[in-house]
Amino acid sequence: MLKGTKIGCREGDCGACTVLLGELKNNEVIYKTITSCLTPLGNVNGRHVVTIEGLSHPDNIIQLNMISTGATQCGFCTPGFVVSLTAAAINKQNPVESLDGNICRCTGYNSIKIASQLVFDQLQDTDNLLAKNIVPQYFANIPDRLGDIKFVKNTGTTIIGGGTDLYVQKQRVLLDKQLEFSTHNSDLRYIIPDKDSIRIGAGTTMSEFISNKHISELIDTEQLKLIASTPVRNIATIAGNLVNASPIGDFSVILLALNAKILITNSTKNREISLDEFFVSYKKINLQQDEMIIEIKIPKDTIKFNFEKVSKRMYLDIASVNSACAVYTENNIIRSIRISAGGVYEIPLLLRETAEYMIAKELNEKTFKEACSIAVKEIKPISDVRGSKEYKTLLLQQLIKAHLIQLEGQQ
Amino acid sequence: MKNIDSISHVSGKSVYVDDIPVLDNTLYALIVPATIAHGVLKKIEYTGDHSDFVRMITASDIPGENQIGSIIPDEELLSSQEIHFMGQAIAIIVAKSLNSAYMIRDEVHVEYDEYKAITDPRVAFNSGNIIGESRKFQCGDIVWADCDTIVSDRVDMGGQEHLYLETHGSYVIPTERGYKVISSTQSPSSVQKMIARVLGISMHLVEVDVNRLGGGFGGKEDQATPIACMAALAVNITDRPVKLILDRIDDLKMTGKRHPYSADYKIGMKSNKIIAYDVIFYQNAGASADLSPAVLERTLFHATNSYYIPNFKATAYSCRTNLPPNTAFRGFGGPQGMFVIEAAIDKLAEKSGIPAYVLQEANLMKNGDKFPYGQITDNLMLTDAWSKIKTIKNVYEEEIEQFNHNNKYFSKGMAIMPITFGISFTNTMMNQGSALVNIYQDGSIGLSTGAVEMGQGVNTRILQALISSFGVSADRVKMETTNTTRAINTSPSAASSTHDLNGWATLDACNQLIRRLEKLLIDEYQAGSVEFINNRVIFNDRSLSWDELIQFAFTKRVDLAAHGYYCTPDIYFDKEKEKGHPFAYYTTGVAIQMATVDIIRGTYKLDKIDIIHDSGRVMNSNLDRGQIEGALAQGLGWMLLEDLQYDDNGRLLSNALSTYKIPDINFMPDIKIEFIGANNPLGLMGSKSIGEPPLMYGIAGYFAVRNAMRNHKNIDMAYKTPLTPERILMGLFS
Repeated sequence: MLKGTKIGCREGDCGACTVLLGELKNNEVIYKTITSCLTPLGNVNGRHVVTIEGLSHPDNIIQLNMISTGATQCGFCTPGFVVSLTAAAINKQNPVESLDGNICRCTGYNSIKIASQLVFDQLQDTDNLLAKNIVPQYFANIPDRLGDIKFVKNTGTTIIGGGTDLYVQKQRVLLDKQLEFSTHNSDLRYIIPDKDSIRIGAGTTMSEFISNKHISELIDTEQLKLIASTPVRNIATIAGNLVNASPIGDFSVILLALNAKILITNSTKNREISLDEFFVSYKKINLQQDEMIIEIKIPKDTIKFNFEKVSKRMYLDIASVNSACAVYTENNIIRSIRISAGGVYEIPLLLRETAEYMIAKELNEKTFKEACSIAVKEIKPISDVRGSKEYKTLLLQQLIKAHLIQLEGQQ
Repeated sequence: MKNIDSISHVSGKSVYVDDIPVLDNTLYALIVPATIAHGVLKKIEYTGDHSDFVRMITASDIPGENQIGSIIPDEELLSSQEIHFMGQAIAIIVAKSLNSAYMIRDEVHVEYDEYKAITDPRVAFNSGNIIGESRKFQCGDIVWADCDTIVSDRVDMGGQEHLYLETHGSYVIPTERGYKVISSTQSPSSVQKMIARVLGISMHLVEVDVNRLGGGFGGKEDQATPIACMAALAVNITDRPVKLILDRIDDLKMTGKRHPYSADYKIGMKSNKIIAYDVIFYQNAGASADLSPAVLERTLFHATNSYYIPNFKATAYSCRTNLPPNTAFRGFGGPQGMFVIEAAIDKLAEKSGIPAYVLQEANLMKNGDKFPYGQITDNLMLTDAWSKIKTIKNVYEEEIEQFNHNNKYFSKGMAIMPITFGISFTNTMMNQGSALVNIYQDGSIGLSTGAVEMGQGVNTRILQALISSFGVSADRVKMETTNTTRAINTSPSAASSTHDLNGWATLDACNQLIRRLEKLLIDEYQAGSVEFINNRVIFNDRSLSWDELIQFAFTKRVDLAAHGYYCTPDIYFDKEKEKGHPFAYYTTGVAIQMATVDIIRGTYKLDKIDIIHDSGRVMNSNLDRGQIEGALAQGLGWMLLEDLQYDDNGRLLSNALSTYKIPDINFMPDIKIEFIGANNPLGLMGSKSIGEPPLMYGIAGYFAVRNAMRNHKNIDMAYKTPLTPERILMGLFS
């Protein structure tokens, strides 16, 4: 019995259930963390799932350092931390960043930070994770074993991307559905630069997006680490974030400002629309029952871009208000600008009138100050658990000011 | 010594309630919660035909008393008619599978008459909804005319969800001898007692066993009991094993939290000395007493925090509202008492223009000073800690000044927080512990105590005490589960006292055994002095291995089991006079926190904290650091981040981990800890208890952020916690 993977919340917010998911790519297995609570079994078809039991070893330096620094108290969250640090070691990721999806209520994290640092100090001089017992010896055979699995694609009526929203909202309902997994479809997992745009397949995960060099040439992807958490980004898709249509969806807000187009198909014919035509009203989208998004296109315009997000907790939290701004200037005169805002309307909102006003104005404080006063007329925030409408109104204006400060910094 | 559980923890082999393999015929229970906060239950029925449905259990099925109130009998296990909070248990669904239980529960039909809910403690107070009597602590005579500066204000503190990573749960098995109850509880004897009461049987028929908890923090002191009672009730009715585990959503909805408080105060000083403080506390108790009266009492004990205030009056009311019954949470009312006095000093500082730390220092408690409730202080390290903090403060101040000079959009600030926390249950009766030490004939040892391991490392500390007594190595000892057949009439693992009470009891048992073994050596070998060290016993220039000694003792018919007992000496409290000596000793320390506020976005970052902590003689620095850092995280979370919200109808709005955020790794400041302290004769191995006190260092986080705002501009912001980005931004623009 594999009891080490724990249930803490069943909504991807605590990380006690973190496991590794290995995918075979070019004879190499790429390991990433996922929150198993939001991952249906079908979505690991043909992949290598590693729980804490598959990592434990008396000489495992992650485990040894966690013991020596006192990085475990009640122990309930600990397997998740070990798994996340393992992925960080495999992928040479910043260890503290890799723990953005793991919650511990006992330690206050200091001992965990120290343990992580010790692990990474000890790994400095080696690439051989097997020798350091970061991963057990049997990992060496996994590429062959995965290669031997005959992958059978499943087809169904309900399309699941990562499922990281759907499995929070409708876990039991989905038990009886015929599911199809978009991340299994290699035809949908690509990021290809064209002449005028970057084409992103609908099965692309948030992590693949953030780590992609074509994307990071366009925008500062460091800011995108404020979105979800490492294990959620590893399985959640960009298209899924759009289809979920949350009024506060981070990628919706970002892609609105980037003037993204989406390609939709119903298997007989395709249509392309602008993302700002996609969100109709609260949770209502311009997508028919038999349709799915297959591609997102971001124009390769020369722009300055900034994304702002304020939430109660900086990481792994849903924003009170978020906003993105993409601007093209000549001699500091705004030639084109798109500002989007989440959490202030029933849909992720493109601030059209605000942008219209700013065209041909100088990129300066005066323009942005006036823009704020127009923006507040475009929004209809409501008071809820993420903040009062008065706060959200003020915060959006502050984030518009923050855009200016950040954009000026990019000059 | 490292936490002895850490090896199984890091490999995922540690067993919690939900990990125990279930028997084949096990049934699964779910609680049907009330969906209104106040009213009367008119009808409840399940008319479905799910093949996995076994039973729906309601109040009328209870064979014994339908009553689980521990201090005041005012709480039904299952509602017989009245509904007092949303999430209150009205029935139990028992099904053959957990998934079916959820589907069945969705189809239970309930009808109510709904009444208006009260969620605000002041509204409850004004309409006479008070639990028990009001409490009043006072000393001296307040003469406002003697003061040169007087301020008064209102303070509001939010609640806090425990968020133990392991939710509540219990697995109950019917046995030949009654009921075997596996429970995630801090209080096995409470579970035993209440199951006996609810089932109308005697306590000896109920065996409660606790392996470990995936966190407790007070949330499983009183509130694990109803969960276990419901599972036992389902066993009583079905005669099959029953498992009842709350999922996170149910746990958040159904269980109580740290008490929100509202308070009014007036404080006066004369040339930096506080000479008058009058405060009224309105505690939001929720729908029933639970532990609220005891929590209220500790608020009064800590209403002056670490300060000597000669003229003092504090009045406290436990106000009954339509929220889940609020309960114990690390600090147990102390943090609320301390926050108000710190807010009062902050306001005094603002009005007088004298920095808060000057006022804090001028009024700091010294050894020999008397608290308003009569206890004279002794062995406090406050002034020593303060002088160390002052040196650090100078470095902080310089950094802040320079930073603020160079930054337009960010502002730094700092705050100092001294703590003095009384160690003991304030209910004197509860200060007792017991242990059973069994030495097997091969020399190996089994140790049972009343202490519950929930991550705090209590088993490790008690093990340290035992091996230092017997001079054996730790691998010769097994820490047994906490079990009511081996440790009886236990006090809950709470009040930072668990390792003292049960550790001293263990040493009592060890001493009895050592005396028996010494007597054997004297009788058989005319031994002079006997020393137990390095797995050997040394006497008369010769030695035996521990194992040889034990085998010999067994053949010589020496009793190799001993029961140890301890009750804290010299503590008492007279509730009529509200005076006494309730605490064995005080744990003290001082912290300084720096924070940066983002002036544009209204967000903040906790930069760093330095803590000088009095841990007596440090018995385990690894565990002590863990307790300080973990408690600090909870204190900072309570002050700044954790935003517990109910609407006016008593519905929990922060009802999931997506809306209720606790500290994560990026939230926490850099932490530096220095231990000071001297041998504490009343603490285990000379140490001082550490479970709760450091939580209150987190109060520095609130004032550091507030001061960072103040360093940017004058603010007029209510003293309200948590100080979220919303409150910061609105405060900056007020």
